[in-house]
Amino acid sequence: MLAKRIIPCLDVDDGRVKKGINFVNLRDVGDPVEIAAMYQEQGADELVFLDITATNEQRKTMADVIERVSSQVFMPLTVGGGIRSIEDMQTMLRAGADKVSLNSAAVNNPALIQQGAEKFGSQCIVVAIDTWWNEETEQYDVMVKGGREDTGLNAIQWAKVVQKLGAGELLITSMDADGTKNGFDIALYQAMDEVVDVPLIASGGVGKVEDFSEVFQETNVDAGLAASVFHFRELTVDQVKAHLREQKVVVR
Amino acid sequence: MIAVIDYDTGNVKNVMKALTYVGLESILTDDADEILSADGVILPGVGSFGPAMDELNKRDLVPVLQEVVQRKIPLLGICLGMQLLFETGYEFGQHQGLGFLPGKIVEIPAKEGLKVPEMGWNQNEVLQPASRFAGVDGKFTYFVHSFYADCPQEIVVAGVQYSTFIPSVVSQGSVVGMQFHPEKSTDAGLDLLKAYKGMVEEYVDTRN
Repeated sequence: MLAKRIIPCLDVDDGRVKKGINFVNLRDVGDPVEIAAMYQEQGADELVFLDITATNEQRKTMADVIERVSSQVFMPLTVGGGIRSIEDMQTMLRAGADKVSLNSAAVNNPALIQQGAEKFGSQCIVVAIDTWWNEETEQYDVMVKGGREDTGLNAIQWAKVVQKLGAGELLITSMDADGTKNGFDIALYQAMDEVVDVPLIASGGVGKVEDFSEVFQETNVDAGLAASVFHFRELTVDQVKAHLREQKVVVR
Repeated sequence: MIAVIDYDTGNVKNVMKALTYVGLESILTDDADEILSADGVILPGVGSFGPAMDELNKRDLVPVLQEVVQRKIPLLGICLGMQLLFETGYEFGQHQGLGFLPGKIVEIPAKEGLKVPEMGWNQNEVLQPASRFAGVDGKFTYFVHSFYADCPQEIVVAGVQYSTFIPSVVSQGSVVGMQFHPEKSTDAGLDLLKAYKGMVEEYVDTRN
């Protein structure tokens, strides 16, 4: 049976892994190759690299980072942040990425999902959806621009649409849960599972190992992603996996 | 030198990076002389069975690969590259494969709660403990595929449980196939590439 995947996310700025709170007070965490190798050692199943500045110039730096990481670290690599065209996808895939993740660009230009899937295969195209629960309309809204702008789109409907366009995987971040360390937004993933047939990655809210067992036991998500708890060494991937094994969740 | 077959398929560079990492130099080529003088040949592949065979035919690579097998040059097919080693593929119609291994490539059966494509890490069970690839027993490797090899058990070194039993490593003589991506399977995958390297070294010894 397939193992549930644990995915550390690395925020990259100017060729270095950085970490801040809400993109301010960025702190240098280290060299991407060293950090990726450390996560491989800990038993991470996949890595997501997020280009947090995402200017044209930075994209070249990011491609170089991926080139270097993929020469030393042998697991699936996903690149997101500022990918707006087929050429951007091509650049990252050629550099050694296995998948690219589209977020705002998918909302602005949904055809890009289909074009990417046709050219590179659905397995290469991840659509990232940032969402929060809108109390007034009682729906999950799709947020863009790093969670700063509410599109008013219904995230559940949007998940259906991007799947139809050819997204091979969905990375769903709960902006409500993100940064709280109170655990994943279980209701969100249960709702998503009703409409999603492709692999689903849960993101946002991790504070402790039990948050991972909860999301895998209460929902059908395939993977859990976290950034800060891993970066700041509050948790290691092997700790998470040891806990999941105890809880009879299949992990690698 | 390992010849990685160039037929316009995706992400070949990651295979080459992993080969470099385990100490095998490689070139990406569709040149018959380069392929036939190589110490080992790798058929990579991401995409769909029919177009991939068309591309091999367009580049006149089918007779070259037949010659590779005849000369017993270790041939490793990865993912779609493994599937092409079989007789027939049923992805979007029926297509003739290379026919180096007995069997056919069919769609993974649907089963409640299991997604197709199978995408992620699955655990290998070895059926042939004497194989040089038997080290994969109990290890997880990374899969991305919607079709699998329906083939005689004699050639199945290892497999994984999904909606059906899926052969993950197949081998017959100098021909080897891996359904997963060894270049994306961390230590377990690198160990398999090292085992392939052992095959290559033995071939080089017999050739000299």
